[in-house]
Amino acid sequence: MSPKTDNGLDLGPLDLDLLRRLSEARGVSGDEGRVRRILVDAVGGRLERLHADGMGNLYGSRAAKPAAAAGRPAPRVMLAAHMDEVGLMVTQVGRDGLLAVDAVGGLDARVLAGQPVLVGPEGLPGVIGLKPVHLSAPGEREQPPKIKDLRVDIGVDSGEAADRLVNVGDGVTFATDFQDLGPTLLGKAFDDRGGCAVLCALLDQDYPVTLEAVFTVQEEVGLRGAQVAAHRLAPDCAIVLECGTTDDTPKERDDTPVMRLGAGPAITVMDRSLIADRRLVAHLVATADDLGIPYQIRAPKGGGTDGGRIHLSRAGVPTAVVSMPCRYLHAPASLLAKSDMRHTIALLRAALQRLSWKDLER
Amino acid sequence: MTPDSKPHADFRDLLEALCHVWGPSGHEDRVRALLLELIAPHVDETRVDALGNLIAVRHAAAGGAKGTGVEAPRIMVAAHMDEIGVVVTHVDQDGFLRFGPVGGILTGNLIGTRVTFEDGTVGVIGAEKRADQAKAPTLDELFIDVGADDAAAVTQRVGDMAAFHHRLDWSGGRPIAPNHDDRIGCVMLVAALRRFKPGPNTLVAVFSTQEEVGTRGAETAAYGVAPQLAIALDITGAGDTPKAPPLALKLGAGAAVKVKDGGMIASPALRRLMEERAQAAGIPYQLEVLTGGTTDARAMQTSRAGVPAGAISVPTRYGHSPSQVIDLADVQAGVDLLLALLEGDVSGLLGSGLTGSGMTGAG
Repeated sequence: MSPKTDNGLDLGPLDLDLLRRLSEARGVSGDEGRVRRILVDAVGGRLERLHADGMGNLYGSRAAKPAAAAGRPAPRVMLAAHMDEVGLMVTQVGRDGLLAVDAVGGLDARVLAGQPVLVGPEGLPGVIGLKPVHLSAPGEREQPPKIKDLRVDIGVDSGEAADRLVNVGDGVTFATDFQDLGPTLLGKAFDDRGGCAVLCALLDQDYPVTLEAVFTVQEEVGLRGAQVAAHRLAPDCAIVLECGTTDDTPKERDDTPVMRLGAGPAITVMDRSLIADRRLVAHLVATADDLGIPYQIRAPKGGGTDGGRIHLSRAGVPTAVVSMPCRYLHAPASLLAKSDMRHTIALLRAALQRLSWKDLER
Repeated sequence: MTPDSKPHADFRDLLEALCHVWGPSGHEDRVRALLLELIAPHVDETRVDALGNLIAVRHAAAGGAKGTGVEAPRIMVAAHMDEIGVVVTHVDQDGFLRFGPVGGILTGNLIGTRVTFEDGTVGVIGAEKRADQAKAPTLDELFIDVGADDAAAVTQRVGDMAAFHHRLDWSGGRPIAPNHDDRIGCVMLVAALRRFKPGPNTLVAVFSTQEEVGTRGAETAAYGVAPQLAIALDITGAGDTPKAPPLALKLGAGAAVKVKDGGMIASPALRRLMEERAQAAGIPYQLEVLTGGTTDARAMQTSRAGVPAGAISVPTRYGHSPSQVIDLADVQAGVDLLLALLEGDVSGLLGSGLTGSGMTGAG
């Protein structure tokens, strides 16, 4: 069953099983191996020269078809989505068996307390402890906790017991099961496993441009994987696939959300890390307008993506960013609208099908 | 009195042309088009890179360093085309625009300021009533009024940029404009290209993009050019106004030779050479030790395996405000100093104990 837009555009089914596996995989920055293995499995037959670099970025190409006639080869388009997720890292195993942690990536301590988590390579269950309401003073409850004061409790009663199960440096992720809520999907790490899933979906067909797909590492700690990936590829242009924050829940003042859930893919004009290439933005907007695909312009209010590093690589790379709106980003459970995912895939497929050197002329 | 009869007529004409062209960061197309026209007769080749930098090459004299089989030193001189501005983040129901910064906007300067959008629409920045009207507003408390009665009448949309309304006035012979930063650097570089006499060095003039959002254009341009020496032309502050913060720079006292700023320490050898050339030619100069802010020189200095870099700056009052004030005598001194450097021997700066050819491998 393929939902269609008003103009009959075939939006196709979503591979929700892949998104579920990606969302539930544990992979804080620097520990993306489990995510990479799922992706290798998912894209294996659809990309050539699949390989990883020293940092763990996963690369694969799909040559332009039909190949360009004699003369200039088709543009090489880097498509990037990051594999890592925000989370915690064990910094110390206490004598009492409780684990001290630090944030990996941007985390608001208010979303942490009381959350069930999974620790280390084996996914050991635990919970982020906080003094229960019965014992806390009223004033205390009004203060947000600090990450350094939180402890992960894995249910053992001694440092020795904890030491046998956990190592300093182990990653800690939210223990959130992926759920299909009908029009929306609930899960952790949609930032940016959602982008990874979109990238996979784009690989089911040939394009007149050569795709250089990269699943990057360590975006959440400073766009580090993308920096080396862009240098390695030296692409002709780049499109970054992201899941971006919405702030579209009710507000007191009349203000535009960064993006709105259900309003279609968000095209970045500017964020803290990047002013998007105007030619690529125009190409994306024209494609969406032509095909009647809903889209939104991401309000320029800070934030940054792998695009920030990619566009400054070597002598420069024209770069655009397309994000799926996502509620409650960097939190235990985010919401993603199926319609946004379908429209994002449709927009990118069409934009890549229509992309040529002409779109990169000045 | 016609402009021609005034001192610095060439700078006046260039400034008049460049100050009126719209170009916030990432939107430098019109500035680039004008510059391309202005420099075309004076350069050997031009190209535009992926980030929109205009890169123009003026080769060294034939038979100069080339006769020795060693490539002439490539000196990259950068002036940025972009100007600070604002970007629309929201159009409210009543037709007022909320905005964010493009570059280092000083909110204390904004109330009542006029801004211009790419399509020519002019808006004025207003402020909400605040509990303490004496305090500078935050960006959240400011809005742009484009004369629309409601959201439907607004032609701008989220993501559109505006620059400070362009206007060039003259006061006591000094030009006042919202974008001397860095159109005056562009003026200097065009003037230098016009006068440049090919000698021992190849001049690579780069009119860069996106300086105000983090010296981004110069970063990719420097990688592409792979220069052996780099100089930025930009504005700096001035310490000669009432109760100014301590800064030993005075309008009209000469070109500012950068020692350091908030983002880089200039190559001491290059700084000394600038001083020697200025002294030898009787060019007025002053030393610039700036505590905040930086220029394209920072990005060029750390490009690839590193580049000796410095800057010639124009002392400027009220930088990043809609009314920036400079003195053309300093501009003249800056161009004279730049040419004294470009047309002389710089080989002493290009490496310690390495041959010239050892420093040219990066290209």
